[in-house]
Amino acid sequence: MAAPLTPSSEAELAETVAGATGPLRIAGGDTRRIGAVQAESVLSLSGLSGITLYEPGALTLVARAGTPLAEIEATLAAQHQWLAFEPMDHRALQGSAGTPTIGGVCAANIAGPRRVQVGAARDFMLGVRFVDGAGRVIRNGGRVMKNVTGYDLVKLLAGCHGTLGVLTEVALKVLPEVETSATLTLAGLGDADAVAAMASALGSPFEITGAAHDPGAGLTRLRVEGFAASVAYRAGRLAERLARFGRAEVETDAAANAAIWTAIRDVAAFAGRRGDVWRLSVKATQAPDLVARAAARGAVYDWGGGLVWLLTEEGADLRARLGHFAGHATLVRASAETRAQVPTFHPEPAPLARISAGLRAKFDPRGILNPGLMG
Amino acid sequence: MQMPAPSQKVIGAKARIVARLRAALPEGAVIHELAETRAYECDALTAYRCPPLCAVLPASTEEVAAALRICHEEGVPVVPRGAGTSLAGGALPTADSVVLGVARLNRVLETDYDNRFVRVQAGRTNLSVTGAVEANGFFYAPDPSSQLACAIAGNIAMNSGGAHCLKYGVTTNNLLGVTMVLMDGSVIEIGGAYMDAGGLDLLGVICGSEGQLGVVTEATLRILPRPEGARPVLMGFDSNEVAGACVSDIIKAGVLPVAIEFMDRPCIEATEAFAHAGYPMCEALLIVEVEGSPAEIDHQLGLILDIARRHDPVELREARDADEAARIWLGRKSAFGAMGQINDYMCLDGTIPVSALPTVLRRIGEMSQSYGLAVGNVFHAGDGNMHPLILYDANKPGDLEKCEAFGAEVLRLCVEVGGCLTGEHGVGIEKRDLMGVQYDPADLDAQMAVKDVFDPGWLLNAAKVFPLASSQARRAG
Repeated sequence: MAAPLTPSSEAELAETVAGATGPLRIAGGDTRRIGAVQAESVLSLSGLSGITLYEPGALTLVARAGTPLAEIEATLAAQHQWLAFEPMDHRALQGSAGTPTIGGVCAANIAGPRRVQVGAARDFMLGVRFVDGAGRVIRNGGRVMKNVTGYDLVKLLAGCHGTLGVLTEVALKVLPEVETSATLTLAGLGDADAVAAMASALGSPFEITGAAHDPGAGLTRLRVEGFAASVAYRAGRLAERLARFGRAEVETDAAANAAIWTAIRDVAAFAGRRGDVWRLSVKATQAPDLVARAAARGAVYDWGGGLVWLLTEEGADLRARLGHFAGHATLVRASAETRAQVPTFHPEPAPLARISAGLRAKFDPRGILNPGLMG
Repeated sequence: MQMPAPSQKVIGAKARIVARLRAALPEGAVIHELAETRAYECDALTAYRCPPLCAVLPASTEEVAAALRICHEEGVPVVPRGAGTSLAGGALPTADSVVLGVARLNRVLETDYDNRFVRVQAGRTNLSVTGAVEANGFFYAPDPSSQLACAIAGNIAMNSGGAHCLKYGVTTNNLLGVTMVLMDGSVIEIGGAYMDAGGLDLLGVICGSEGQLGVVTEATLRILPRPEGARPVLMGFDSNEVAGACVSDIIKAGVLPVAIEFMDRPCIEATEAFAHAGYPMCEALLIVEVEGSPAEIDHQLGLILDIARRHDPVELREARDADEAARIWLGRKSAFGAMGQINDYMCLDGTIPVSALPTVLRRIGEMSQSYGLAVGNVFHAGDGNMHPLILYDANKPGDLEKCEAFGAEVLRLCVEVGGCLTGEHGVGIEKRDLMGVQYDPADLDAQMAVKDVFDPGWLLNAAKVFPLASSQARRAG
């Protein structure tokens, strides 16, 4: 394979795409090699890097798409701010090297455990610049918190995995870091009880920012964050509310909390274990039934049960096993052979598939951006 | 403001079109006498009016599909209408159009507290969604000022916000799924009772598409547990600059209030004369509200008041009970009505980076002098969403035009400082012709390409959002 194409400006990237004679695989940090993209050439965003604007008082940061996530996180941390959607790091799970970039995070609409409270990348993206499949430079949104001027193509680009356009710059809403956090842990709950406990917590006024369950370890975790006095108060009230599910252990050490939630965020339970990895977005209370039906090697619940990670034997077609359900399943890790056979993203009902195909034909008329990835 | 000339062919076929719609819909669901269609001639942007060919009021997804199928076959433009509260003219008809009102689609279909969602028919009013779940301690977060009247369908079309979106986000952050009817009558389902819909984020692009992509008939909405309590504090400052700096410092300090509202002197004066809320007479006033348990509220307000004191406030007033809290909000909530007492007004909602607040307020003041039209500012300061209310006299020849020119200059200024034309009201017809200020032709073309996919014939609300010259070729096709 030829060396990656590495344009060093948006204009150069636009020329590269316009002049492309065949399909391109778009690479941010190349840490999340999902799907079976049919392309000989790699288009790397590594040449478009750097924070172009940061206004802590306006909670706004603008960066070029190839900017390493770590650089953004360090810049924000210096002002006690962060990306509240807590983007997952896929490297351990995928066994990949590389440097996660903000463009990759946005293009894949990544989130972490805090999604239950604050949302995903899409909910923090204020504006984008991108190059579509014809090499046109397009701008949408802006850098202000509220913006309904014209259609929201920002959302369309978030989670399109590069198939509608190559992000060149993103404007993000950032938030103040929380002062402190605490984790309540319930031990030994079955999956249905764990989901019920998480639902009770998430239905409380105590602002839960993480709700995860690891059946393998037999641990159900709930996180509260904020000012110290408030966290202590809410953790106490939450433990009372959940008394019928057992006695909750409360962890308040900052490093211990960070370790617990980083492991949940990155699905550390499956890192280094053999098998395919699936990600299910489901109705939380239906998750235990689906997990039972999946007969997987391992399962991990996040988002109160709304997100389920499954470790299955290699080559399994999980969707066939689950049958119809409210939600969708994404194949996140598998061998090249499996990825070539099993669609990465959940097949859509015909009317939606028609719309998606119609949008792709408009934004990428030659079908050269990550072909084969989303359909 | 121009609208495309109505199709004489469609107008000539009115009898047949009405007959077909009446045959497909229940008794009383088709309104076609001129005396009655007048009720649909405008929305809350009353400066422009035009009775439609007819209006239809379907009561189910199937009826919406039947009506759209007929309009599609007949080549009739359709204007979807929520509750008609749009300030941007989003529901303004043309003489050859069928207004499709969703008011009869008002049922709650499902409530689920374990999974924290409610599924409703989209004509249901915003406030009555909260009404359906509040007995169980939940609420629906987006709270536009018109929430008593406005419909969820309109909220989705405009991606409506509200005073509390600093913490809870706007409609797009609280929408999980929709049932939508496309212009050809086909029904699609997107998302549902789970956190992210699969595939491309179609929900994200439908939200805020101003009724141009389809008619949403059902919506799955995220509901949240109601906080234990909330309390506002009122602060007065002797300049807009200082109030703006205080807002910025509060945000930087890591406190995330649910609302930060800003009023300037003209607005304070008008409001006092009207509502007698007991506001201090000063240059700028902030209302900051926080939520939580009583102790949490005390702690957060303590931090906020410390910051405020560093900016030499002329007044700091903490609500000690529910009555005092209500008085603090009374003036803010009466502000639009108060300004309306003085004169007709146009309300803009350009959004700017918070850091540009003092500059923009000063420039608006200068413009007010040179145009000779008074302006009051009341807005959501935490997120930079301005609401200048420009006063004019609708009965005075030339005043409306002068007011519109003033408004356009304010919106150009918002874009110039890094902001946008509209933060929550939408483009509609009101800001349609200014779109070129914010977006290049290629940017607009990419947006219009989305409509090409959903509504290839450009029959749905087609004369809105995009400058007529930009959409001309598509509308003609």
